[in-house]
Formats: sequence, C-alpha cells, structure tokens
Amino acid sequence: MSTEAQIAYRNELLAHGLLHATDVDGLYARSGVFEDIALGIAALVSRNGAAEKPEVMRFPPGMTRGTLERSGYLRSFPQLAGTIHAFAGGDPEHAALLATLDRGEDWTSGQKATGIAFTPAACYPAYPIVAKRGPLPADGALLDVQSWCFRHEPSLDPARQQLFRQHEHVRIGTAEQVLAFREQWLQRGRAIIESLGVPFDVDVANDPFFGRAGRMLAANQRDQALKFELLVAITSKEKPTACCSFNYHQDHLGHAFGLRTADGATAHTACVGFGLERITLALLRYHGFDPKAWPDAVRRALWG
Amino acid sequence: MTTSELGHQIRLVLNEGGTLPVDATTLKDGDDLYAAGLTSHATVNLMLGLEERFDVEFPDRLLRRRTFESIDAISAAVTELLASKKAA
Repeated sequence: MSTEAQIAYRNELLAHGLLHATDVDGLYARSGVFEDIALGIAALVSRNGAAEKPEVMRFPPGMTRGTLERSGYLRSFPQLAGTIHAFAGGDPEHAALLATLDRGEDWTSGQKATGIAFTPAACYPAYPIVAKRGPLPADGALLDVQSWCFRHEPSLDPARQQLFRQHEHVRIGTAEQVLAFREQWLQRGRAIIESLGVPFDVDVANDPFFGRAGRMLAANQRDQALKFELLVAITSKEKPTACCSFNYHQDHLGHAFGLRTADGATAHTACVGFGLERITLALLRYHGFDPKAWPDAVRRALWG
Repeated sequence: MTTSELGHQIRLVLNEGGTLPVDATTLKDGDDLYAAGLTSHATVNLMLGLEERFDVEFPDRLLRRRTFESIDAISAAVTELLASKKAA
C-alpha cells in the first residue's frame, strides 16, 4: 500500500519533470537531471571501490532463464520474478494474434517463454560467468557490477519502482574474505551517504521471502545478521527506505552456481548494493529539486 | 509419546528428505543440527516434514532458527504443539 506521503512526493517529482509516469505503476522515464544524479552516484561508488581494482561488468536488464532457476530466486521470491515471453508462431498464429488484439482481448496468452528472464538483482548474472572460469585464484574474485533490475511489485511509492538500477560490488571467496569485504563496505557505504549530506541509519534486515516458509527464512536471515540495510527517511521516518544493502549469502550461491575456491571448497559470496534511483530520490528530498542549488560538497562528491 | 519415541520420530523426519548430510540416528539429542549441516532452506523442509508427521502447525513465533537447532529443541516445540492440540 502506498501512503499519502509517498504519493505526494511522487506528484512533486512528476510536477518538476524529474520523472515521467506511465500507465503502469512503478514504471517511469527519467529526466536528464535525474539521470545525471543517478550516474553521479554510480561513479562515486565505483571510485570508492577502485583501489582494489575490481573487474567491471555491466549487464542488460535480462539474464538467462537458467540463471534465475539455479539461483533459487523462484523458491524464495516467486512473487517478484519476471520472465520474457515472445511471439513464436507462423502466419496463422499472427492472424489470430491480430484478431485478438482488434477485439481488445488478451493477446499475450499465445506468447512463448524465451530463454531470458528479467534480472532481479545486479549480481546474479555475474556468478555463472565467474563459475565458468573454474576454481578462483587464492585471493578470490572482486567485481564492480551494475544492472537494470525488475521486481514485480507495482506501487505508487516512487522509491519502489518495477525497473530500477543497482550498482554493486561483489566478493567471491572464502568466508573470511567475503566477511571482511562486507565489513569494509559497511564503513564505505556510511561514508558515501554521509558525503552526500543525507541522514541515515544502518540496521539488520531481511528479504521479502514468500509465504510461510519465507517467514522462517526471514527469521533465519535476521538471527544470523546476514543482511544489513542503510535506511533513509525519504517519505517516512517510521518506514525508512533501504538505499543500500550489505548481504552475506554464506555458500548458498556458491552451491547454486558451482563456485569453487582455490582449494576446491564451495565459495562464499557477499554483495553490497546501492539503489541508484533510491539514493537519487533521497538527494532530491533532502537538498531540493534543483541540483544546481545543492551544497558544494554534495555536488563535488557526485560530479567532481 | 515418550521422549525417546519422539526423538526417534524426529530422526525419521530428519533422514526422510535428505535434510542433513549425516545420518540423524548418529546424532545426540543435544547436538547442534546447524553444525551438522542443516541449511536454512533445509530447515523449511524439516518444518513441513514435522508438521506432516505430527499433524501440527508451527505458529509464526516458533518459525525461528532456535526452534530447530537440536533434536531436544524440536522435541520441546513438538511437545508443546501436541499438548495445545490435545487441549483444543
């Protein structure tokens, strides 16, 4: 449910031409101003991680359907996943499609699944690529990734979009390596958002696992402090918005994708994600709708 | 049901779905099941298996890591659920 405050903020963003709404809730076009901010944040995050020379990968919004299946996403989040379907018939099916369309009826039932699924989190497409290379070197792997992501959760909250970008750093290696990485980025994440002049809290969190089994997975995740979020009050102090997340997957994805450390053990993984749209929305909320009038320190952090 | 009978039934559920990488009959009642290789996703299957075998339903407050950490802990939870079922 979207709150009045969320809808009011959405209306302000639309009135200032920062976002353009569509007929689908949670699907927007971005203005040049909005995009400059989002790209500035991505560059700022990349600069903060550049010293360790991560391997850079940029992904399209889709990944292979097999990657979605192997990741376990359908087990945990069937309600959020999206697959891409396409026309796969001949002339008779084409005629039937057009007739259905003309009658204003649902023409999509004849569409067939392609080998592509929407990417639900920016790090997923990276794991099979790294796994294919064989066992990791002794110092593991470190990636700087960005992807458009899809999650099926229509909402009028501008901070809950269906297609949005995550900029992540991903660590694959031993448990010690990935936990040290997450600790380092918990500090960095705080410093980055601090440099943007936005107030925040960091707290233990859980993913929106589906159903009854999901309540148990969520409790497990919290009990083990596997996920932390950096929260900003964009439209509510009581229900702040997660702008960054710091996730330790243990060896779950290592098993799923066959990731191996140098000595042949199943690799552990962690990722730290920055929501480019959400941080943009936080900046617009705290510094106003005209970035030219933002504090110099914030402008320097984003654009040098 | 006696405590040892309950422990036996729980071990059967643990062994049913390949929940653990080890044979549950080799475990002591107090052994840490997570240390024995119980994963988060396997815990979900374990919960569903226990519900089926004992015809009970775990309420939200028991859907926690601690509830399933040992055969002792599971026994305590199942005993409580069976007792409240009898009372109902």
